[in-house]
Amino acid sequence: MTEHSTGTPATRRLGFVVIVLMSWLALSGLWWSSEDVVQGSTVRIMYVHVPAIWVAYMAFGLTAVCSATYLSGRTRSIAWDRFAGASAEIGVMFVAVSLVTGSLWGRLTWGTYWVWDARLTSTAFLFITYVGYLAVRRLGGTLRQRARRSSVLALLAVLEIPLVHFSVTLWRSLHQDATIADPNAKVQMDGLMLFTLFLGLFAFTALFVWMVLHRQRVIHLEDTVADRGLDAAIADRRDEVAK
Amino acid sequence: MKHATFIIGSWVLTFASVAGYSVWVVRRGRQLAKSATKEEMPWT
Amino acid sequence: MIARAVARKDLAVELGSRVVINQVAPFALVVMVMFAFALDNDGILQRVAPGLVWLATLFSMLVVVQRSFAVEAADGALDSLRVAGVDPAAIFLGKSVALMVQLFALEVLLVATALVLYGVEPSAAGWGEAFVTMVAATVGLGFVGTLYGGLAAGARGRETLLPLLLLPVVAPVLIGATRATEAAFGSGGATVSEGWPWIGLLAVFAVLFGAAGSVAFGPLVDE
Repeated sequence: MTEHSTGTPATRRLGFVVIVLMSWLALSGLWWSSEDVVQGSTVRIMYVHVPAIWVAYMAFGLTAVCSATYLSGRTRSIAWDRFAGASAEIGVMFVAVSLVTGSLWGRLTWGTYWVWDARLTSTAFLFITYVGYLAVRRLGGTLRQRARRSSVLALLAVLEIPLVHFSVTLWRSLHQDATIADPNAKVQMDGLMLFTLFLGLFAFTALFVWMVLHRQRVIHLEDTVADRGLDAAIADRRDEVAK
Repeated sequence: MKHATFIIGSWVLTFASVAGYSVWVVRRGRQLAKSATKEEMPWT
Repeated sequence: MIARAVARKDLAVELGSRVVINQVAPFALVVMVMFAFALDNDGILQRVAPGLVWLATLFSMLVVVQRSFAVEAADGALDSLRVAGVDPAAIFLGKSVALMVQLFALEVLLVATALVLYGVEPSAAGWGEAFVTMVAATVGLGFVGTLYGGLAAGARGRETLLPLLLLPVVAPVLIGATRATEAAFGSGGATVSEGWPWIGLLAVFAVLFGAAGSVAFGPLVDE
């Protein structure tokens, strides 16, 4: 049977594992684990919020590594660029999820949807920066141009994001009320709660791997189709001229 | 469970985003793969 | 030196066309006036004057950067230089310097406007600090504007990309320059001495992006 998808036996097995882990996480996070002494049931949001931002950091880290590898390699295989792009897109999604879930958590804990603390503000900047990165990837041109532009931009982001974070931290340190606003405030976690948190990290990581593999294969197909279209257009022109 | 709306809401948002994105990626892959040859799909 | 030639060319183009003088400067002034309409409170205006000056600078910078590269697209000078094998770092430096000069002129205008419109009264030491702040911030903005401007320049559908790419990157400059200027102006009870660490931040930013830009400009702009 000819497979007409981006799936392979390996990714199908991985996908199954991911579904099992995520279901387990939901049961543990929403039902089996107990409430926090201080935060009460609000801590349950953490079981999705923390893994989400963790995946986002991982995703952008992968983008940076792939970008650097692309630029430094002699052959400059476009595969690195595909992974960079796929990873960044997934990262943007998870940052958005993290910002919203964090905001909901904040509403319950501090009574407000947003505070101008260093970490939140930097995270918002992280989001915007990579939205810009994704926009640049869509500028068109050849695959090599896209790869070069994107990888340089990704490495500039590696420079810029710590700088922004540092500036924002310095900025907020001027304001005394910065201390209350720690989204990851120390929580007294018992065994099952801690386990659920790590389960979340593990499940989301597996999910991330599955997503990146599929997404970069889709990019591969998109690029192939685009190339084919280009070849066809060139062939047409040649025929025209020959007539 | 106190604040159930917010908590369930967060989980639903997360899982829906993840599921939605995954479905979109797989679907798009199937759609594009329909017209692709074996050489163009090195993972097979 | 190629960089000097490129800078001189850019500034000559501006002197000839006077776009910055005739269009961007008035735009910046209008922005300052609109802030007054929006904030509608003399005390608040005076307090936030530094922030407003730098916001107006950043918004105006977007226009100046677009202009800087629109000129290139029009006469293809940048492409000719690249084809001739000119070191992209030199082009980057030249364009950055030209941008810095234009931005600095705008900032002087905006600070003067703030003095008049928002009732700001710096001390003598404050003036010195304000000057240093402007220099430090402008160097960084010049480098960063040229770098991202090169990327967002030219082809249709790209100009709208510039604000999205550039504004997040210059956040440290906005934060640092505003805090330093607040110290210089004495806004909200800030003392002049509080501004120097922020000037340090501006200097670090300028150095980092000067270096990064020299290396990244070529690959980013090559088509």
